[in-house]
Amino acid sequence: MAIIDPRHAAKQLIYERVFRSATLSAAILVLLILGGVAMSLLRGAWPAISHFGFSFVAREIWNPVTDEFGALAPIYGTVVTSVIAMLLAVPTGFGIALFLTELCPPLLKRPIGVAVELLAAVPSIIFGIWGLFVLAPVLQRHVQPWLIAHLGHIVLVGKLFKGPPFGIGILTAGVVLAIMVLPFIAATLRDVFDTVPAMLKESGYALGATTWEVMWNVVVPHSRVGIVGGIMLGLGRALGETMAVTFVIGNAHRISSSLLAPGTTISSAIANEFTEAVGDLYTSSLIALGLLLFLITFTVIAAAQAMLRRLERRSGAAV
Amino acid sequence: MIPSTKPPKHLKMRPPVAVAAERTEDLGPPKIEIRALNFYYGDVRSLHNITMSLADKSISAFIGPSGCGKSTLLRVLNRMYGLYPRQRAEGEVLIGGRDILGPNVDVAELRYRVGMVFQKPTPFPMSVFDNVAFGLRLGGGIRGAELKSRVESALRDAAIWDEVKDKLHADGRSLSGGQQQRLCIARAIAVKPEVLLLDEPTAALDPISTLRVEETLQALREKYCIVVVTHNLQQAARVSNVTGFMFMGELVEIGPSSRIFTSPQDRRTDDYITGRFG
Ligand SMILES: Nc1ncnc2c1ncn2[C@@H]1O[C@H](COP(=O)(O)OP(=O)(O)O)[C@@H](O)[C@H]1O
Ligand SMILES: [Mg+2]
Repeated sequence: MAIIDPRHAAKQLIYERVFRSATLSAAILVLLILGGVAMSLLRGAWPAISHFGFSFVAREIWNPVTDEFGALAPIYGTVVTSVIAMLLAVPTGFGIALFLTELCPPLLKRPIGVAVELLAAVPSIIFGIWGLFVLAPVLQRHVQPWLIAHLGHIVLVGKLFKGPPFGIGILTAGVVLAIMVLPFIAATLRDVFDTVPAMLKESGYALGATTWEVMWNVVVPHSRVGIVGGIMLGLGRALGETMAVTFVIGNAHRISSSLLAPGTTISSAIANEFTEAVGDLYTSSLIALGLLLFLITFTVIAAAQAMLRRLERRSGAAV
Repeated sequence: MIPSTKPPKHLKMRPPVAVAAERTEDLGPPKIEIRALNFYYGDVRSLHNITMSLADKSISAFIGPSGCGKSTLLRVLNRMYGLYPRQRAEGEVLIGGRDILGPNVDVAELRYRVGMVFQKPTPFPMSVFDNVAFGLRLGGGIRGAELKSRVESALRDAAIWDEVKDKLHADGRSLSGGQQQRLCIARAIAVKPEVLLLDEPTAALDPISTLRVEETLQALREKYCIVVVTHNLQQAARVSNVTGFMFMGELVEIGPSSRIFTSPQDRRTDDYITGRFG
């Protein structure tokens, strides 16, 4: 056994090399694709960028007739709908995940878990149709009038809930997005909470802590990194979601102080208008919107990474 | 089943030191009384009819081969098993004269009175100070200067104060393994429990850290009723007043450590401590 056949060793060396270069080229391919996407976006967007300059991101106007384009309304819509979605989905997802890992009777654990995963598998067009025909009318008839009546008079906050209840609009898009990202957040957080060692949780209980105290003071801090990851996964999806949002947002290039008013997002503007875009500047402006979405998503991911690094450094645990 | 050949010499226990014998004398009234305790994991019975009393202000050690029910016994004493469905205990267990198995027992309050240290260090993901303050803050009762002094005295009692006094705000997980375990001991005794349970507290530690933890236990003996499970026979002989030998869910015998390790009454105990099995 101790004698190594030199031919065999040489063969192994070759396998090793082939394997290494195969995996290396796969890794490089990713970089090439990413670079290619960025380059072609930049090239397509160039006419708009050179024509409008910085004012492209600072102006609300969007007029194909006079060939004047500004991206402020879609940027605003993208950010605000995503913020609404996260405000609704993160606490709910937290609750679902904590319930599933700590409180749920074992018999219900699987059915609820499967339901959450099925919700994640529903195609976004279904959410769009459902949002338009079911959710929007319900919000219009029951929820929005209530918001207008009860929150509309409060200083500052009141502005967000003024005007007629359109049904479709920024708020509805945010709600639909929340429902769409909820299963991702809940499932990721559940998996994260599941990895907390039983012994660590028992250490909390052993001091007389209640379930809630163990969850809040032990499970959550232990899972910080994973929680940030789960939330970012949800945010990434919310920022880029197109189909469902296009159905329910109203597609108006306008920034209204009210969340009940129609608006638009970057991705829904592109999806809506790309086929009808006549003229180079119009097309190029839409591509420039795409480039902006690329940058926003990139910034979010970079911020998440920086945050994770800070968390890790602070915990100082080399384990 | 049990090989009849003599064990190799190095496995034989040295006769326990004389100090161990002295310790058994003035053991006070029992702190823990267990009568006819049976424990079930689902339909499988893991503890069989255990009856015994454990004294206050002393260290009781439990030894026995893996799977004999030592951890299960500890988990009855703070009702940790109650976290899991299908685990149940039958019989009577009194701590300080109060029944702990009954349905009306406030489990959180019981666990506040009965501290536990685990096989591996389990520092919480927070600072050294916050780790020790964890239990004290739970009731919301203790804060400010009193909190500080309670944390300090717990760290002193656990013999780790000098090592961490300059890094109270460092993450507890950044300490060494031995320090982490003593931090966990400090965390458990900070709330001044009546009973301290330790489940193989040195299993994951190097010999030096093990020694430090043992010294810590020695120092705590005067204040608490300590129950320690260990795989390490020398450790049981070194630190405990009373040793119980468990085998397949039964308490085979229990008595002063000096006697258990020199003249056990039961053949199985003898086989175990002379290294014939386990
Ligand atoms: N969670 C559990 N579910 C089912 N059986 C268990 C569980 N934990 C322990 N047991 C069984 O109970 C017996 C005693 O286990 P344990 O108390 O952990 O032993 P020890 O601590 O002495 O090694 C073993 O046979 C073990 O397999
Ligand atoms: Mg054990």
